[in-house]
Formats: sequence, structure tokens, C-alpha cells
Amino acid sequence: MDSKFNITVRNCDLYYGDAHALKNVNIDVEESEVTALIGPSGCGKSTFLRMLNRMNDLVEDCRITGEIKIGEQNIYDKGTDVALLRKNVGMVFQKPNPFPMSVYDNIAFAPRTFGVWRRSKLDNIVESSLRQAGLWDEAKDRLRKNAMGLSGGQQQRLCIARALAADPKILLMDEPTSALDPISTGIIEDLINELKANYTIVIVTHNMQQATRISDKTAVFLLGEIIEFGKTESVFTNPKDKRTENYITGRFG
Amino acid sequence: MKTNAHKRQVLKYVVCKLIAQAALFVSLVALVIVMVFVLLRGVPHINMQFLFGEYSIRAPSIKPALMGTLYLIVISLVVAAPIGIGSAIFLAEYTNSKSRLVRLIRIAVETLAGIPSIVYGIFGYLVFVVALGFGYSFIGGGLTLAIMILPVIVRSTEESLLAVPRSLREGSFALGSSKVRTIFSVVLPCAANGIVTSLILAVGRVVSESAVLILTIGMVVDIVPKNFTSAGTSLALAVYGFSQRYPEQAAATGAVLLVLVVAINILATLLGKVFGKGELVDG
Amino acid sequence: MRGVFLFCAVFSLLALGCICVFLFINGVPFIGKVGLDNFFGMQWNLHEASYGILSMIVASLYVTALAMIIGVSLGLFTAVALYKFCPPKMVAVIRQLINLLAGIPSVIYGLFGLIIIVPLLRDYVSPNGVGYGILAASIVLSVMVLPTLVGVSLDALNAVPKNYYEGALALGATKEQSVFRIMLPAAKSGIMAAVVLSIGRAIGETMAVIMVIGGSPTIPTSLFQSTRTLTANIAMGATELTGDPKTALIATGVVLFFFTLLLNVSFSLLKGGEKRENKRAQKTGS
Repeated sequence: MDSKFNITVRNCDLYYGDAHALKNVNIDVEESEVTALIGPSGCGKSTFLRMLNRMNDLVEDCRITGEIKIGEQNIYDKGTDVALLRKNVGMVFQKPNPFPMSVYDNIAFAPRTFGVWRRSKLDNIVESSLRQAGLWDEAKDRLRKNAMGLSGGQQQRLCIARALAADPKILLMDEPTSALDPISTGIIEDLINELKANYTIVIVTHNMQQATRISDKTAVFLLGEIIEFGKTESVFTNPKDKRTENYITGRFG
Repeated sequence: MKTNAHKRQVLKYVVCKLIAQAALFVSLVALVIVMVFVLLRGVPHINMQFLFGEYSIRAPSIKPALMGTLYLIVISLVVAAPIGIGSAIFLAEYTNSKSRLVRLIRIAVETLAGIPSIVYGIFGYLVFVVALGFGYSFIGGGLTLAIMILPVIVRSTEESLLAVPRSLREGSFALGSSKVRTIFSVVLPCAANGIVTSLILAVGRVVSESAVLILTIGMVVDIVPKNFTSAGTSLALAVYGFSQRYPEQAAATGAVLLVLVVAINILATLLGKVFGKGELVDG
Repeated sequence: MRGVFLFCAVFSLLALGCICVFLFINGVPFIGKVGLDNFFGMQWNLHEASYGILSMIVASLYVTALAMIIGVSLGLFTAVALYKFCPPKMVAVIRQLINLLAGIPSVIYGLFGLIIIVPLLRDYVSPNGVGYGILAASIVLSVMVLPTLVGVSLDALNAVPKNYYEGALALGATKEQSVFRIMLPAAKSGIMAAVVLSIGRAIGETMAVIMVIGGSPTIPTSLFQSTRTLTANIAMGATELTGDPKTALIATGVVLFFFTLLLNVSFSLLKGGEKRENKRAQKTGS
């Protein structure tokens, strides 16, 4: 997977044991676009997201059928290098989870994992990642201090910087602002708008205003199915499916 | 494709994993060897004469040690159980953890738990053998052991008291019961399993201790004790006592001790499980 | 009734107070009487009224340090293996076994040293044909503290928030890299507490050591040489000595007591640190 980083999902089903968590999912995510995944709790958005970087491998009795391709490569092929897949597909979690070590070491974690240990090179990566995440000015004087001392919003931006340091092509974000205050949320939304020039972003969100503010396309999940997928504007102003309309007008969820 | 530097990084930690698995193997083997060898060396020398026969220089028996161990269990439990349980009740039912006295008590309990056995021995010697004039005796040894097992009883009893759901206490208060009545008729019965487990663990500790006894009960291996004021020995102390002159008997005593302690621990674990299940039903 | 319970609770405090008072009243004046030079000197010779315990302090520290080097490296890796690199079904069984082994009397470990380790060292390892000594004592102690070390370290690892692990995997780290580079360092204060706890047990251990250390009151210059730790010094003279020599044993106990109090304080500081860290992680992270 060197050239293109669009995501193609075809006829995909996912089971946790006997529970059928995703049902016949089909979607195309284009490069350099922000795709928002919305839907009521427990509808499979996060499960879908975690399928794209194979985080579901951690769940013991998780079974997946169908085809999930990034570029030309099926990521569930036997020969797939999961470490390289996750390097190319970064992830930001719902709750900020910086490692209990210095800001610098947090960001240097991924480069070191992939064999970059030269100091000058690491310094560059750390600075550029922090700059991209809009955290450089706040963090440059405390690179050696423990990351746990940052505020919640700063921690989440640190996690974004940490993911960027791995040099990914795709960024998966799982409700990245749901644990943050409105001001930090605004900063991160602005950040996403900047990042989409260089990265393909898939973001799960509970907040429909957020989806309209930041995304190009929106997929609506309900009970493990994608009931509607299209340009964000048309999904919200002119939904094709009655259930989408019910959801976005707040009748359930 | 993986770069070489990346491959090296991955490999480095795979090696660490292999080392960890090897360490697990070595640890298990070492610990199992301890048990197996003591049993292998000891069990062939165990017979009725050795266990319950009269002691003679030709054929040493552990009858005095068995009796001594029994004495020590009785004395230390009779003293430590009420004090330990009472202490746990005070800590769990009567206080909030912020008070300075409670913090002090907790520190004292923690510190008591960390004092080496031999230092307790010196204390017991100074107080019971010398100051109170008991001489080497089971009563002195038992009382010293009582202080040693106090932290075990306090800590685990307090835990099982805290595990009793608040709603039960409130229910009892709502029916007009006093605090003391609530403690004795509701809280203690609910926590009974856990408390018994803690007492069994304390017995295990009494049976295991040896260094403290050198300085408090003497090390008289050959005479069956007449009463609480006699000097004597215990099973664990007899292992050491025999080890110089009677290596076979030492191993045999060790085997008996090992079986006894393992049995006590298994009993405590089983009771703990019963208790754990009860908790689920309550919650 | 409250008064009765209060008395029970205060009893621990009183007991600790009594232990301190009795030890210090009996031990400290003796140290004053014979003089610091004598008491912390090299010579332990009762006929010449030399009560120097320096060689025992040194032996105690040597034995403890070596036991920790062996025990911690083995125990820590064992805990890590149980944490993620072992089939879950086996972990439950091994955990039970380790709990069981933690309750085995120290005299059993001493016996194990006496019948296996000492002959083994004497016949196959020792250059001078002596099996007793620091190495034998360290090996016995390291096996003895293993259950505690493994148990407490494993608890510390299990207490590390799981989202660190996910975070590391999501960055492309392998399972091994995540465990060794993130989870293990994150558990360090809990692991340090386990180590301090084990040091306390090792330095205070009497029976397991006395059976394999030999017992000569000489400063250790080799791993295979009969020597004597602080605890062994107290136990060996306990039933035979009287008068000043016996008081010297009590004074030895005071020194040992001082060491353990020191360890206790650092243990509670570490535990406090661990609690604070986990709280901080919970507030922001997990």
C-alpha cells in the first residue's frame, strides 16, 4: 500500500461471538476527505472504526467477513503487517490517553518503534508533529515534563501529534472531543479542518453540529447497518431515508 | 515493507518476551523443586513413632513439637482474635479514614507487619522471659505471636467488614437497632466467612513462624510440654532444631509442616471463594 | 462498646510503642557503654568483649543485594510473562500456586537450601569446597521472595490503565513493544513497592539464612565463605549467651529494627506515590 489510501469496504459483516455487530456494510472513503460516522449509541460506529486499523484483533471472539481494502490491499489478508497498517492508519481515542512519560517521549514513541533513534531526527519529528497539532507554542518549554500534567484538551492534541509522528496517511478519530470542554473542542475542530489537506480522516461523533462543521461526507449507522451515506450537506438537509430524518431531528438516539 | 531498523526493534522485544517466558519457567521450576524435594526427602521417614511416639535420642519424634504448635495456636488466637476483630470493627464502623488517630493506627498496623520475626523474638524475650519473669514458655511465645498476627487479622477482617453492603446496616438501623446491635447481629454474621478466613491465615502464620520462638520458648525438642508455662518447641522450630544433628528427621518434620501449611492455605482459599460468592449475591 | 473497640484498635499502636521502647531502652545504652567504635567495629569476639557487628551489617547487605539481583530479575520477567505472554487459563492456575507458595514457612526454604543448594554449590560451583555462605543464602532468599515479588508486580501491571496498551498498539507497536516500553514503565512505582517489600523480607529473614550461611563472625570476602548476617547473629547466640553478650544481641536487633523502619517508610511513600499516579491517570486518562 504505497500509492493510494482510499478505503473501500464491501459486504462486510462483523460478529462478536454470536452478536451480529455490523451487517453488510459498504462504503467508499476518498483520500483527503473528512468522513463523519454518526448514529445512536451502540450502533456500530466505533466497531467499524476499529475495524479499519484492526484494533478489533484484541477482541477474542471477533469474526469479520467481507472485503476491506486500503488502496489496493485487503487489510485482513494473511500477509498483512498489522504494525505497518497501524503506522499508516493512526487513531485518536475518545478519552485522551497520553502515556505516563514526558511529552517528548510520547511523540517519539512511534518513530522509535519503527527504528528512528537519532536525536536530531527525533527532534525534528517532535517539533513538526507538535506544530501540526497546534501544541508547539504551549508545549515547547515543557517537552521533558510528564504529559499527564497537561490539560485535557492539550492531552488530546498531544495524542493527535503522537499519531501524526508515525507519519500516517489516514487518521481515525473516535469521538475525540466528547471528553473535552467547548473551547478545547473548537480548537480540535479547527485542527481537523487544517489536517484534512494532508490526511484522510474518519471521525466518529455524537454531535451532529460537529459533523456538519467538519465533514465532507457523512455515514449514518443504525443497528449495525449504514442506512445512509453521502455528502454531509445532503444527508442533513435532504435525507433519503426516513430513519435518518428521525435521527437527525432528534426523535431517537 | 519493513525497514531493517524496524525489524531490529521488533526483534529486540521478541527476545525480551522469550526471556520473560524463560524466567516464568525457571521460577515455577524453582518453587516446585522446593516443595517436591522437601517432600521427597521427608516423607520416607514419616511413621507413627515419628509422629506420635515418645521422644528418644535414637528415635526422635515430633510429638513435643506438635503439642507445642497446638499450644501456640490456642494462646495466640485467644489473645489476637478478639483484639484484632475489635480493632477492625473500630476502623471499619466507627471512624472516617481522615482522622489522625485512624491514620496513626493504620501506620502502626503496617509497621507491625513489616517488623522481622527475630526482632519480635527479642521483644518477647525482653518482656515475657525477662521483665515478667515467665522464663522460656509457651505463654510468652504465644503472646509474642499474638502481636505478630494482629496485622493479618486486622487487615483482612476490616476488608470483609467493608465488603458488607451499606444497605444491610441501614435496614437494621431503620428497624430501630442500635449501632452495637447492628454490628453484632447484622454486620459480623455477614462477614463471618471472611473473618474465619483471616483467622485461618493467622493460624498459618503461627504454624510457619520460627525465628521469633528461638528467643521466647527456648528450643526444647525432647520433652512433651506439660502446660502453658513449659519451655518447648514447635514444628517449624523443630525443623531448625533437627537440622544440625538429625537431617532426616528435619526433612520429615519439614514435610509434615509443608503439608500442614498448604492444607491451611487451601482451606482459607476455599472459604474465601465461598465468601466471594456470597458477596456477589448480596451486591 | 465504642470504648472497647477503640482500645482494641489502639492496642496495635501500644504494641508498636512497647516494641520501640523495650528495644531502645535495652539496646541503646549498651551501644553507649561499649562505644560506637567497638559496636560498629570489625571484631566480634566475646572473650575480649569486642562486639563489632560491622561484618554482619556487610554480610546482611551483601546477601540482600545479591538476593534482590537474582530475585528481581527473575520475578519481574516472570510477572511480565504472566501478564501478557502466557495462556490465560494457565495464569489463573499459576496465580493460585504462587499464592500458595507465598505462605510456605521460611524454615522450609532453609531446609531446601541445606539439602539441595549447599551440597550443589559445594560439589559443583564453589572453588574452595565450601557450600555455605553468601551465594547459598542469596539463592535461597531469592526463591523465597519470588512469590511476593511476582504477585505484587503482577497486581501493579494489572492496575495500569488498559488504554495505554491500546494507544501503543494503535501507533503500530507490537504486543511485545507495548508491554515492555509502555506497560512495564507505567507500573514502576508498584513494582518498586514490591521490591522494597521483598528487601524488607530478605534483610529480616532469619531461619532460611541461618541454615545456609555458615555462621562465622568474619567479614565476607568471598561468595563461598562461612559468614554471619545480623539476623543470624541474634539467633545463633539467642539460647546460649547471657549478660553483656546477650545485650549485644539486643543491640544488634536495634540496628536491624532501624533498617526495617527505614524500609517501611520508603514503602509507604512509594505506595502513596502509586495511588496518586493512578488517580491522576483516572482523572484525565481512562
